[in-house]
Amino acid sequence: MFRWIFVSTLSLAGQAGLLANTLQVCKSCPVSSIREAIQMARPCDTIFVEKGIYAEGNILIDKELMLIGRDKPVLDGEGKTEIVTIAANHVHFEGFVIKNVGISYSQDRAGIRVKEVSDFYVKNNRVENAFFGIYLQHAKNGTIEGNEVVGEAVNETSSGNAIHLWYCDNVLILNNITHGHRDGIYLEFVNFSTIQGNHSERNVRYGLHFMFSNDDIYRGNTFLDNGAGVAVMYSRRIGMFSNVFQKNWGPAAYGLLLKEIHDSKIEGNTFQENTVGIFAETSNRIVYTKNNFIQNGWALKISGGCQQNNLIANNFLGNSFDLAVHSAGTDNLFDGNFWSDYAGYDLDHDGIGDVPHRPMKLFSYVVSNTPESLVLLRSLFVDILNLSEKVSPIFTPENVVDNKPLLAESN
Amino acid sequence: MFKILKYSFYDLIRSRWTYIYCGFYLLFTLSLLWLSNDLSKVVISLMNVVLLLCPLIATMFGVMYYYNSREFTELLLAQPVRRTSIFLGQYLGVAGSLSASWVIGVGVPFALYGVFGSEQAGNFAMLLFTGVVLSFVFSAIAFFIALKNENRIKGFGLAILAWLFFAVIYDGLLLLSLSLLTEYPLEKFSLIASLLNPIDLSRILILLKLDVSALMGFTGAVFRKFLGTGFGMAIAFGVLMLWVAMPVWSIKRVAGRKDF
Repeated sequence: MFRWIFVSTLSLAGQAGLLANTLQVCKSCPVSSIREAIQMARPCDTIFVEKGIYAEGNILIDKELMLIGRDKPVLDGEGKTEIVTIAANHVHFEGFVIKNVGISYSQDRAGIRVKEVSDFYVKNNRVENAFFGIYLQHAKNGTIEGNEVVGEAVNETSSGNAIHLWYCDNVLILNNITHGHRDGIYLEFVNFSTIQGNHSERNVRYGLHFMFSNDDIYRGNTFLDNGAGVAVMYSRRIGMFSNVFQKNWGPAAYGLLLKEIHDSKIEGNTFQENTVGIFAETSNRIVYTKNNFIQNGWALKISGGCQQNNLIANNFLGNSFDLAVHSAGTDNLFDGNFWSDYAGYDLDHDGIGDVPHRPMKLFSYVVSNTPESLVLLRSLFVDILNLSEKVSPIFTPENVVDNKPLLAESN
Repeated sequence: MFKILKYSFYDLIRSRWTYIYCGFYLLFTLSLLWLSNDLSKVVISLMNVVLLLCPLIATMFGVMYYYNSREFTELLLAQPVRRTSIFLGQYLGVAGSLSASWVIGVGVPFALYGVFGSEQAGNFAMLLFTGVVLSFVFSAIAFFIALKNENRIKGFGLAILAWLFFAVIYDGLLLLSLSLLTEYPLEKFSLIASLLNPIDLSRILILLKLDVSALMGFTGAVFRKFLGTGFGMAIAFGVLMLWVAMPVWSIKRVAGRKDF
């Protein structure tokens, strides 16, 4: 009789196992360690981790599991190791606080590492005081959502990136917050990915950094007060839509730095109060449209070797310099923008100024040759210089001209 | 001295030109505010105006007043009054009434639009301050030139030339020297050079408020580092005060020696 009951419960338990079990980890539970729980669990199980501090060194998730932290349990690395390593497909990791990874100069330690897997979901975690925050390598088809990665980086060499992607495909990075790291979000060899709704603030180097990554989109992100807002380098076919670049201030600070990037689209972004809104170097076939440049030092600096860029229907409002183009003879197009210092008229009332506008001022040219002359900004002499140059351009490239300047802001 | 200051001041306050000057600012500021309805934009446009108009009007007014009140001055000189108090009184009367016109002409419309308590209050205070200082500096320079020159035409010409020098020519020379010496480190040079011109100095104080983004760049960093600190600000204000004190002291000296 007893034996029969025992056998039947055993078989029931076996069946339930197939349907996925749940395990609970807490300090007073039968299972008090996350490592132990992972060992006991079978694929497709869910592990709930209750509130508490778990200092278990490296936690390796090598099975298809769902780990969910309740009331923000803390995983403390005590400054010695990497903390969470996800090394299985279909892992869901949610709701943890990950702390104290510790700086290493020999390995790239991370708060959460996603290693050579697909279909992962890392959600609503908080990573504090980490070297690298969330590190994805050779990962694909996953989502990083709603995480907060907060560091206290002082310089570039002793800090890692908040969210770091290396050789990844088709990843969605959604609504994360990054503070105080080297780069907020770093992408190297990452293709077909979307970065959306993130907030990068006070990172030492860049808010978002692309290297050798193609066919990506970033949309609706905010980059505030970073060393530079976003750097897009050696990449192709990047879509940059509706982002906000703000207060990226400093000697080498840009809202957006473009270096060797081709065939991309920059649309509907706002660049406000940056030292340089966009700095473009050898970047070809880029369409800038419907962006707002507001009160930047330089709205747009285009250096030599940039060709076939189209600047259409943007608003330039109250920048110290709207445009600085370094080389003549480029075939870039600057038509149909609104320039707040346009002084022409519109006799036929079609909303387009009858006099072409030259956004590149002589003083902008002078400053690029003699940077110290910036001290004369807004002086009467400089205004007179600009006026005379405007009447008959000698120094500024003649083809940098907006033939259809708008009379009112476009939206 | 205060009696003479009072006479000059009341005399000028009753003068048509003061009213026109004050009325111009009043109308100008009101129309700007009415057209744009945005305090910050109006502050920016007025900052360009203050650098141009305040020195010019102060120069013209100072010379004009000195030559026009010459008979009255001679009458006063016959009385037992100290020379310095006569001229300083007159000077302060001119500078005071100009400043009052400026402050009222610009201040009243802004007060009506509620600048106090808004975030533009700091910029606005800087605007008023530079206007007042420039009025004081340039009416002193004008007085000094007028005292030195009996010939009215020459005096007027020199005063206008002085204004032109500080407003335009100085910057041109500075730009020229900067572009000629471009191989050398010029940050300190340009900083010191701009301290030596009251208009440039006022302009930079204003720039620090307005074009912060541009000044955050590599070269701007020098200015920001210097003028952004309390020490730099103190030096800037000190130099501006010196720019008031120097011509005033010269007036005193010349007036003491001059043979009428």
